Amino acid sequence: MWFLTHAWLIPALPALSFVLILLFGKRFLGPTRAHWIGIPFVLLAFALSLVTAGAWLSRAGDHPPDERAALSGVDARCSAVGAAAAAGPEEFEAAIAPSTGESAAGAAEGKESAAGKEKADGKEKEEVPSQPVVRCLNWFSSGQGDQYRSFTIGTLVDGQSVMMLVIVTLISLLVHIYSSDYVNGDRRYTHYYAFLSLFTSSMLFFVLAESTIQMIVGWELVGVCSFALIGHWWEEKPNSDAALKAFITNRVGDIGLLVGVIILFFGAGQTFSIMDLNIAANSGQIDHTLLLVGSCCLLAAVASKSGQFVLHTWLPDAMAGPTPVSALIHAATMVVAGIYMVGRLYPVFWEGLSIGGSSINLMAVIGACTALFGALLAFVQKDIKKVLAYSTVSQLGFMVTALGVGAWTAAMFHLLTHAFFKACLFLGAGSLSHACHHSFDMVEDMGGLRKVMPRTFWTYVVGTLALAGIFPLSGFWSKDEILAGTGGLNDANGAYTFALIMLLAAAFCTAAYMTRTIWYVFYGEYRGHGDPHESGPRITVPLIILATLGAVAGVANLPKFAGDASLWLEHAIEPIGVMFPGKATGFTHAAFNPLLAVISVAAALAGGGITWLFYAKGQFAWMQGLSERNRMARAGKTLLEKKYYLDILYTDIIVGSIKKPIAAGVYWFNQKIIDGAVNGVGSSAVAAGEYVYTKVDQRIVDGTVDGIGSVANSTGSGLRKIQTGRIQQYAALFFAAAALLAGVIVVVIGS
Amino acid sequence: MLLNQFLLLSAILFAIGVYGVIVRRNGVLVLMSIELILNSVNINFVVFGTMHGLGGQVFALFVIAVAAAEVGVGLAIVLMIYRTKRTIDIDQLDELKG
Amino acid sequence: MLIASTEVPINVAANIAFGIVALGMIAAAIRVVTTKNIVHAALYLVLVLAGVGVNFLLLQAEFLAITQFLVYIGAIVVLFLFGIMLTRAPLGVSEDLDNPKMKGIGLLTALMVLAVTSYSVLATFGADRISLPGGASTNTADLSDEIFSKYLIPFEVISVLLLAALIGAIVLARRD
Repeated sequence: MWFLTHAWLIPALPALSFVLILLFGKRFLGPTRAHWIGIPFVLLAFALSLVTAGAWLSRAGDHPPDERAALSGVDARCSAVGAAAAAGPEEFEAAIAPSTGESAAGAAEGKESAAGKEKADGKEKEEVPSQPVVRCLNWFSSGQGDQYRSFTIGTLVDGQSVMMLVIVTLISLLVHIYSSDYVNGDRRYTHYYAFLSLFTSSMLFFVLAESTIQMIVGWELVGVCSFALIGHWWEEKPNSDAALKAFITNRVGDIGLLVGVIILFFGAGQTFSIMDLNIAANSGQIDHTLLLVGSCCLLAAVASKSGQFVLHTWLPDAMAGPTPVSALIHAATMVVAGIYMVGRLYPVFWEGLSIGGSSINLMAVIGACTALFGALLAFVQKDIKKVLAYSTVSQLGFMVTALGVGAWTAAMFHLLTHAFFKACLFLGAGSLSHACHHSFDMVEDMGGLRKVMPRTFWTYVVGTLALAGIFPLSGFWSKDEILAGTGGLNDANGAYTFALIMLLAAAFCTAAYMTRTIWYVFYGEYRGHGDPHESGPRITVPLIILATLGAVAGVANLPKFAGDASLWLEHAIEPIGVMFPGKATGFTHAAFNPLLAVISVAAALAGGGITWLFYAKGQFAWMQGLSERNRMARAGKTLLEKKYYLDILYTDIIVGSIKKPIAAGVYWFNQKIIDGAVNGVGSSAVAAGEYVYTKVDQRIVDGTVDGIGSVANSTGSGLRKIQTGRIQQYAALFFAAAALLAGVIVVVIGS
Repeated sequence: MLLNQFLLLSAILFAIGVYGVIVRRNGVLVLMSIELILNSVNINFVVFGTMHGLGGQVFALFVIAVAAAEVGVGLAIVLMIYRTKRTIDIDQLDELKG
Repeated sequence: MLIASTEVPINVAANIAFGIVALGMIAAAIRVVTTKNIVHAALYLVLVLAGVGVNFLLLQAEFLAITQFLVYIGAIVVLFLFGIMLTRAPLGVSEDLDNPKMKGIGLLTALMVLAVTSYSVLATFGADRISLPGGASTNTADLSDEIFSKYLIPFEVISVLLLAALIGAIVLARRD
């Protein structure tokens, strides 16, 4: 329990590492050994995450008697509901009662069934409310009396955040080790490790966020670190351009985040606490329209950060950064921040978008489109990292679709497996480029590398099979759970048939383009320069670890037929209780559908097979050069190559049309009005000075001074004449004056 | 006897003495005019002495003594002037001219 | 003592004596300041001084009258004559005893002084009379009583003054 309440240590360690590397890294360790600070700290953070996960699992084994006791881990300062739970049953009931006409009986019924027994497949598993642990500090407070609000910062530890802690620290640790070989001798090695630590710390901070304000802080911080790391080699302009594009595109979505958080703040009775928000949304205390608008705003943020369609354009460009950065940030951790946020605030989306029981909603549409269109774009890429980037976009689309159809655990499971195999693929691409003189162009510079780089080859193949969703690797289980969750073929939270079809098409494309990649890179003749060789252990060991995890991670959430081991992940991390949609709101889990499993594997094999036959065996030769001969095919290819013209739309049309007139107008304003005013002030000051000098100073002031002088002079020379030096004259004056004075006195006194 | 007859006499003598002080060029003559003034004042003192006891006469006595001293010193000064300038024309003593 | 005019008998002889003496004095005084002969001026001064002495007698200040005659006429005028002699003053008629430029101012000033003093005197005393005690005169005895009791210190101071004047005159006039 101590680890659960002190989970803030986990982000603090990489933060400390960041500060230490910045202050002391270069001076004491030299320019090539910053990893001596970075790696131990992140290793320690990983160890702490594992222990915290263990503590959570043991806590998940506890059986609290009811909802109210389940919230005993919530500190009363952090959450109003937590305070109500601590105060007593009546207060608790009042806190979770819906504000609309829904009767208390309905809420009680929901409670009972949540705490009641779940009967499924003959097995009786008691649905136990999960017990999140929330601790916080008072960050700032404002307002007086009625308006007094105190805003907190702290940690919210439950299954979801624990899972993310483990994923982030593990991938970060492997990337740290990998980078010590890959980025060795770089011009800014120390700076790189500092930002890796800062990123890890920011992501962990974000994951443990207890209030939406804290979530925003973490969101922005990871955006900044992404900017810094993408533009690591900013001396080349394309790299800094890519960094700016990433940051600014994320900014567009951040507006949505801010507006959404504010809407939820006011909707939920002026609170930023995530626990309170979820409970309020789940119990119907927030008006439905507010939830809808808030969800749509938050979806904009998800679209930008998690690379959904129309705001995904920054992700492929972000490949300009070092490959370990791409693996860490743009495959496994930062881009899933949006997914995590949706999962964290799921009641808002569930209620707002009415996910349960419908057949279409905004999130599902965005996710499905992203999944398919991202996969299509991967076909025309020559750069291996860009292929993987579009693959990431597509897989993120899968996760968003899963959340959009109500398959919460499926999304989290896919997040977990994707982190492993995508990171494995990216690091493998890095290993390949290391051998091919830092080139990522698989058409020009690679080929036939399976003989000289066996470990990279086999780990890459395992990663590809996992990504394509081939049984029994992890990708199969997670992707299949998503497909089942769409409810297109069986009972689930809705009947999102369109999503099912689009996701199957995307799975087909995924297998296809990954096979294309493998063909170009590992088969055929070597088309590059020099002599490629296998990379060192610091590169290949993380690859092996990730490939292994990618292969076996499927056991985390096996479907029901696996007996006691089934749905382990679901039981470990899925929240049950007043803060998550439950039976009362119609939340269900889709059952495993064997037919669907077969269909999805068949689609993947078909995609891979057709591509293999095309490239390796030369079949379907009529497809060769199709885009040159056929106008429609060429149009289609041009559309894909120009990335659906989205970049042109953003940069040239939208930005250009705003920038040009504003710039011209501001320039005119500056030259004519501001400069005119300044010049006018200057010249008027000069004129005033002239006037004052000639008229006032010379004439009046000097005239007065001179006049006084000359008056004194003439008076003096006049009075001088009295001083004759002759006594009798003085005597005469004396007597006359005395007589006069006496006369005056006599007259005055006499009267 | 009227008070005023003495006082008027004294006033007339005083005025004549003032005229003499201003007009006369010779130093000795100036001193003589000053004697006129002093004597007119003496008459005044004595006249008022008849009204207010003997204090007037005492004072007149003192005035006579002072006048004597003054003439002595004054003539000594005139002699000095004569020695340095060979003339006692007061108009020529204008070295303090401004 | 001032007594209302109706009560004091008019002493006709004193008034006539006064009148003659006053006229003589005024005439002599005018001659002092206007004569062109410096020795004559000294002699006219003697007349004025004598007239002052007679006035003293008329006012029953006998000691003062005698002192006047002795000191003024006997010593001071002699001093003047010595001064005239020692400074080689022009004997006989001399034209440059007056400063012609100052005559107007002098006249004006003298007239102003006269006007003020005579006006104030007339306005203050009007027709008041002096009353003189009759009988044998004890003037000298009373005067000496006054001097040596009430006015002792000024008397001593005057002595010092005379001493200072004596020394001063000698110092000034000695030939070095």
